[in-house]
Amino acid sequence: MPIIEVRDVRKSFGRNEVLKGVSFQVEPGQVVAIIGRSGSGKSTMLRCLNGLESVDAGRIEIAGHTLDASGKHLLELRRKVGMVFQSYNLFPHLTVEENIRLAPRIVCKRRDAELDPVVERVLSQVGLLEKRGAYPEQLSGGQQQRVAIARSLAMEPQVVLFDEVTSALDPELTREVLRVMEQLAASGMTMVLVTHEMEFARRMAHHTIFMHLGKVHESGPSAQLFASPQTTELRQFLSAGE
Amino acid sequence: MITEFGWAHLVTLLLAARWTLAVSALAFVFGGAAGFLVALGRTSRSAPVRWFTTAYIQLIQGTPVLIVLFLSYYGLSVLGLKLSPLVAASLAMTIYASAYLGEIWRGCIQAVHRNQWEASSSLAMTRWQQLRHVILPQATRLAVPPTVGFSVQIVKNTSITSIIGLVELTRAGQLINNAVFQPFQVFVLVAAVYFILCFPLSVSAKRLERKLHAHH
Repeated sequence: MPIIEVRDVRKSFGRNEVLKGVSFQVEPGQVVAIIGRSGSGKSTMLRCLNGLESVDAGRIEIAGHTLDASGKHLLELRRKVGMVFQSYNLFPHLTVEENIRLAPRIVCKRRDAELDPVVERVLSQVGLLEKRGAYPEQLSGGQQQRVAIARSLAMEPQVVLFDEVTSALDPELTREVLRVMEQLAASGMTMVLVTHEMEFARRMAHHTIFMHLGKVHESGPSAQLFASPQTTELRQFLSAGE
Repeated sequence: MITEFGWAHLVTLLLAARWTLAVSALAFVFGGAAGFLVALGRTSRSAPVRWFTTAYIQLIQGTPVLIVLFLSYYGLSVLGLKLSPLVAASLAMTIYASAYLGEIWRGCIQAVHRNQWEASSSLAMTRWQQLRHVILPQATRLAVPPTVGFSVQIVKNTSITSIIGLVELTRAGQLINNAVFQPFQVFVLVAAVYFILCFPLSVSAKRLERKLHAHH
């Protein structure tokens, strides 16, 4: 049974229809990359998956919850669906450790002692155990992004969404973030990532979705999709990046 | 009878300054509490609440404080609610402060980057949890300088309450000047006392600001 099922989702901003009937599925443990030009609707699609954007029509089923225009069950859903952003979005007034503890403590009502091993685990997962007392501004972009990943993992999500998480980073920092994501994928986490890192998508994603003008234009197993794109638009898009 | 300006007058001024302080403190505490609600209302997700608080701010900011003062002293007494000058003065200054602080703090709440709302939403926080743990702590840092700036305004603007007979600093100065007729000495001294009340506010604000910005 798929852990994410998106059926004919439509979304407009004013008179601009950004999603024009998008459908796809994600199986548990799968890594799915969404690629496409800026403005193709890929980020909007991702943000619909945890209700940061509401959908106008269609249905999203994710981690056992149904998302429709009513916006019910949003909080329960978000406990199970983590999100990592392009601009990290750490809480600047809290240390690394406090960033990680905050939501499990106040949302999941877990005790501090209970969270000690969680903090250790997620921080060692991203290789930043020694930075637990630092404030976000004292970290590099790559480190901040890794903390953001750790913060979302502390909620023990079933799915993590990645919204262009390396777009603000230089190649070296990008590598360290991608390495963390790779390990996470290897651990069996279900991941949906909007990305411009074609090489990473090709190598890491089981499945890739190419979005074009608000629709899924082409999709398939990554190896196949990147090796022999079927549509002119995807061929153009892939060759433009080379 | 015209007497010489002397120590007794200075003591009178200082005693009167207590009322300036009292009205300022009451206005700041109650106006701050109400202003906080106004700021939350202005940034609420509910359109009627936003509309109502916006109307309140527009109304108060568009009315001279003096008129608010007259309404709370003379106006309410006609309606049968006879307030002492101290209470009426505090009420008027509270209403005045609530509208301005509400608007200042609304700006501070909205100045916290949208991505902080998104990050905390994505961690399944309720709106109140977001405000309390993520947005307000950051807004507070931004709020310190304009809030202190406005509290200095409150202290100085309490001088208008002299007009309903509250013998605060300014009124005491007037009364003393009526007796000694040495306006320069008297009012320079009055100004100096205002300065002594306001200066520590500005200094502590600088200190607080530095402390809050140590990590950010």
